[in-house]
Amino acid sequence: MKRMEAIKLAAEAAQAQDALLISNIGYPSRELYAAKDRSMNFYMLGSMGLASSIGLGLALGLPARRVIVLDGDGSVLMNLGTLATIAHYAPENYLLVILDNCCYGSTGSQPTCTHLGTDLSVLALAAGVKFVRKVNNLDDLPPALVGRGVVVVKVEPGNASVPVIDLSPDEIIERFMRSIRLAETS
Amino acid sequence: MTGQNDSIKMNPSLAVFRGLKRAEIDFATSVPCVNLQELLDLVGKDPEIIHVPVTREEEGVGLCAGAWMAGQRPALLMQNSGLGNCINALASLDILYGIPLLMVISHRGGLGEPMVGQVPMGRLTAPLLDAMEITHFSPDCTEAEDAVNTAWSLAAASRRPVAVLLGLDFWRGT
Repeated sequence: MKRMEAIKLAAEAAQAQDALLISNIGYPSRELYAAKDRSMNFYMLGSMGLASSIGLGLALGLPARRVIVLDGDGSVLMNLGTLATIAHYAPENYLLVILDNCCYGSTGSQPTCTHLGTDLSVLALAAGVKFVRKVNNLDDLPPALVGRGVVVVKVEPGNASVPVIDLSPDEIIERFMRSIRLAETS
Repeated sequence: MTGQNDSIKMNPSLAVFRGLKRAEIDFATSVPCVNLQELLDLVGKDPEIIHVPVTREEEGVGLCAGAWMAGQRPALLMQNSGLGNCINALASLDILYGIPLLMVISHRGGLGEPMVGQVPMGRLTAPLLDAMEITHFSPDCTEAEDAVNTAWSLAAASRRPVAVLLGLDFWRGT
């Protein structure tokens, strides 16, 4: 499957679940913005590697709210310790979706170690994450998106032809936090 | 004030902890330092604080950013060696989006440091913070409670990271 197809399904799932959706730096954020922009999307514009950590902080601070993170293989490899921290806290409201295209897709598709056989789902299990799924086909993705823990989704390399996000960092965070506050008070 | 209160007030870890409590810090991430062990114990046992020990300081910056967006008041407790692990995240997450963060930093590598490996980052800590335009305080034991509280207030008001540096003399209670 193409990453854009997976992101569309994840965006639909987030909408249906009224979930906060944190997306990784680079093309994944741009693809999400093009596929389905929502105020409950947090587009990460820097800090490569930290999408899973930002999402975990949100999930721990807002235990009644569902949090889905869209991350990549290169980014998770950069912050592998996150799998151990996720395993230790294992919030029920948290799902990390790793879109594994076996390369650094936003910088010219240089191969990552998952290209050489490193299996992030096995790493997640070894870190102690109890709920780990591996998805290879688009049809198998929607049921995995309602779960918790970690889902590793194998996607093809390549980026969709989508524009850069025309929101400022301030706009992204202010509307994101406003949507959280509105949900909390309603 | 009684002598007993004076001795409690001069406990460095307790002084920092009281500052955290006065600032109503309710979310803390940490990577240990030998000088932080008593403080980490106090934070870990406090039912009002969610304490998340992390594997690397940068991970803590990410967690604290998410927690702040969730409405928490976050602090990162670490050694100054960990500041080097955080630079990009402090700049391209906290400063970029305007996310406040209180950093309580055990500042190794200064006068009296027995470990030679601590010296390079010890000397670079304040210059690195200055280069990033991150305000930092270096209180003594009697000032620590106020300094920690003030540092959080400044972080929240300016929506930036702010650091409290606690050197070897501080932990000796001098």
